[in-house]
Amino acid sequence: MLEDKDRIFTNIYGLQDWRLEAAKKRGDWDGTAAIIAKGRDWILEEMKKSGLRGRGGAGFPTGLKWSFMPKESDGRPHYLVVNADESEPGTCKDRDIMRHDPQKLIEGCLIASFAMGAHACYIYVRGEFIREREQLQAAVDEAYEAGLLGANAAGSGWDFDLYVHHGAGAYICGEETALLESLEGKKGMPRLKPPFPANVGLYGAPTTVNNVESIAVAPTILRRGADWFASLGRPNNTGTKLFCISGHVNKPCNVEEEMGIPLKELLEKHAGGVRGGWDNLLAVIPGGSSVPLLPKSICDDVLMDFDSLKAVQSGLGTAAVIVMDKSTDVIKAIARLSAFYKHESCGQCTPCREGTGWMWRVMERLVAGEAEVEEIDMLLDVTKRVEGHTICALGDAAAWPVQGLIRHFRGTIEERIAAKRGGAARAAE
Amino acid sequence: MSVRRLDPNQPDSFAFTAENVEWAKKQIAKYPEGKQASAVIPLLWRAQEQHDGWLPEPAIRYVAEMLGMDYIRVLEVATFYTMFNLSPVGEHFVQLCGTTPCWLRGADDLKEVCRKHIGPEGKVSADGKFSWMEVECLGACVNAPMVQINADFFEDLDASSFERVLNDLREGREVKPGPQSERHASEPEGGLTSLTTVGDPQTGGGD
Repeated sequence: MLEDKDRIFTNIYGLQDWRLEAAKKRGDWDGTAAIIAKGRDWILEEMKKSGLRGRGGAGFPTGLKWSFMPKESDGRPHYLVVNADESEPGTCKDRDIMRHDPQKLIEGCLIASFAMGAHACYIYVRGEFIREREQLQAAVDEAYEAGLLGANAAGSGWDFDLYVHHGAGAYICGEETALLESLEGKKGMPRLKPPFPANVGLYGAPTTVNNVESIAVAPTILRRGADWFASLGRPNNTGTKLFCISGHVNKPCNVEEEMGIPLKELLEKHAGGVRGGWDNLLAVIPGGSSVPLLPKSICDDVLMDFDSLKAVQSGLGTAAVIVMDKSTDVIKAIARLSAFYKHESCGQCTPCREGTGWMWRVMERLVAGEAEVEEIDMLLDVTKRVEGHTICALGDAAAWPVQGLIRHFRGTIEERIAAKRGGAARAAE
Repeated sequence: MSVRRLDPNQPDSFAFTAENVEWAKKQIAKYPEGKQASAVIPLLWRAQEQHDGWLPEPAIRYVAEMLGMDYIRVLEVATFYTMFNLSPVGEHFVQLCGTTPCWLRGADDLKEVCRKHIGPEGKVSADGKFSWMEVECLGACVNAPMVQINADFFEDLDASSFERVLNDLREGREVKPGPQSERHASEPEGGLTSLTTVGDPQTGGGD
């Protein structure tokens, strides 16, 4: 189990003061200028060595992503854009970073921007997080007043401006190119890649988009060393991670734990266990709504990291663990996610725009059992026609929960159809 | 996608207050020269706040003019982003999260409370004080079920605590946003399982 001395977010619950002075006492902004003085290559190398993989869902190595930015400016400015459009159902960790530990994020923005040659950074906060945005802005204002941002930020010699921006309710803006479109004042419709943002991003300039947590852990990694971070977790799945545990547990919570912690241990140690005991577990969605659910048999011993969850055809995603006990109508739980994706499809690609509605309508009939058994395979076929056929991953994200349901709970769906049939037959007699 | 149309009843005109004009200038200054369109969401949002929580058509034109954008581009933004209310809302606008993590913990019960105490979804109550709608995940899942009322989240709700919040708002009493349970924020109820040594001079609790 992770010890407190190895936890990065020491005020994640907001039990202490979030303001700058208190944050400094917790270690933020300690020797920032010295870190920057070590130079861009050193920072990139340390970040790579730490093994940090992006905390926003896709798990792409952060150091490598930073290194894609052009080494020299061709005259265009460089930008860091922080994705604080936290909207993946089940996920509520970035919210706590912004309202309780904002200086970690702000310091991370400076260091990451320096490493990418960016003098400006925008933090894109989801529109609904109004209080969180106000708090983050207040923290940014404090940092400016203290000389940690602005010209010669934190005495580093690097001029750096940080702006807080916000959206207005669109899950799709969590997709990095949709976020850039939105930040440019347009509808949040994802761009075709290539060109990738590192070449043509915000305002056509080289841009890197990173998740809040990825940026906020960077200063601590650089202070304590890549080896420290890499010593936690498992190879290729290093470090600590904020987990959001929701649903049918006794004590839902956010908690920072070591990557690779067994799911069962995570739930029992921090969330008071599954409601009604472990044997009352039906299924878990381990990484936010987009990843396929896991039945109890897999939950019994699966580890919570990128590779372990991929090996069981799911994913770590944002590490948002949604727990369902045996009282759950699992078909309805997934149908509600289908409604979510239908609502959130931006409408740009036909397979997603039409497919999400199609999947949702069939799912609703499966909830009621009003379907033919053959339609289960037809639905599965439709998910395959959406998956991989759209500009962004929303199509995949809509398909995977349905695929997971059919993979593990086909029997439940068939039983419901049969029960409906039986009921109808009895009524006709 | 959702179908979103402008309200048939629109005011004749809209203009920012002097204070909001000043505020808007500062917002526009956050973005590079020539990129003032970036401020469209913040400006539309401020217009909605100024106009009792919904965005009228003249405000869309006003913002388009202020930013030098084509009207159609601003209309696209106003209809794309679901936090822009295109019709009037109640003084206390309740957005109820109905996505799976909240649904698992009783969002349906909260919906019943809304129906009973406010009325049908999307309709402003007769006294003008409330309206409600179901929305998608608001990002407070470990404090489910929850609602957002105007700018504030109300978390760890059940039917009775939610009724209490609504009644207090109706009567004009002060309400406490955040968890309506014993919790401070997202920590596990009944005692920490981590960060128990934070603040301890031995470890410093930080890095």
